[in-house]
Amino acid sequence: MLGQVIALVVLVLGTAALGVWWSARQGAVRAPRETSAGIDWSSAGIALAERVTFVQFSAEVCAACRSTSRVLGGLTGSSSGVGHRELLVDDHLDLVRSLGVQRTPTVLVVDGGGREVARMSGVVSDTQARQALNRVPTPAVAEADEGQS
Amino acid sequence: MSVSKGIDPRGPRVGASITAVLLAAVVLLGASTAGLWLLTFIMLSFLLGTLRGAEGSWQGMLFKKFVRPRLGPPGEMEDRRPPRFAQGIGLFVTAVGVILGFFGVLPAVPIAAAVAFVAAALNAVVGLCLGCEMYLLLRRTGLVRA
Repeated sequence: MLGQVIALVVLVLGTAALGVWWSARQGAVRAPRETSAGIDWSSAGIALAERVTFVQFSAEVCAACRSTSRVLGGLTGSSSGVGHRELLVDDHLDLVRSLGVQRTPTVLVVDGGGREVARMSGVVSDTQARQALNRVPTPAVAEADEGQS
Repeated sequence: MSVSKGIDPRGPRVGASITAVLLAAVVLLGASTAGLWLLTFIMLSFLLGTLRGAEGSWQGMLFKKFVRPRLGPPGEMEDRRPPRFAQGIGLFVTAVGVILGFFGVLPAVPIAAAVAFVAAALNAVVGLCLGCEMYLLLRRTGLVRA
């Protein structure tokens, strides 16, 4: 019996640690994933907004996708040049594979030129979404960068 | 399956906490016949939840009858499909333990219970959504179709 009690204690502690780690990851703004070639968004049927687009990958069985969708939708209403496109992973499995999307919701923050500048996965809060927006250079700076390269 | 206006999101979480306690009991019972029978009962509960949705499981009924009347109305309703998907994953994990157990591999019983416990406890405490974490992986590997 002692062995089983120890097993349960270890299990509970391990679960607690996993819970803390998982919660901290939710919606955290991360660096973009390196992609060799640019993504042809228009051929995937995704019209990008002028300045920045939140491209959200969702699934029907994903509860966190709903709240994330509401947060991002609200943000596009209040900021100009910001768009939100929600895709069902079932309809875009090729895109999901080439972009390395592993879970839903995963949100790619894409600038006006179609480059991924950040990504988030798990439920996204309003604060995190605004934090991600700040990763995108202002239009004037972006144009200057393009001129140099 | 009809897509209703949704369910109280607290229901599946209360249900998951009940299930987590039962799974912890299986871990305590260890590689024993008693553990195997309790895990079989939990597996059948997951089967009910998979067929009828989490709100249709006996844990869902307990929530509706005894917990929900004591709570205020929920802030928002939730789609019933994500909790139902999680019930299906629970069914799969516990079924593996039960089948191996009935074939004489009793250590599989507490191991399967431990795996299911992690998911149920995280669902109850921090709102882990298995459909969010696993659906896409299953789609990508071709184990699940749309």
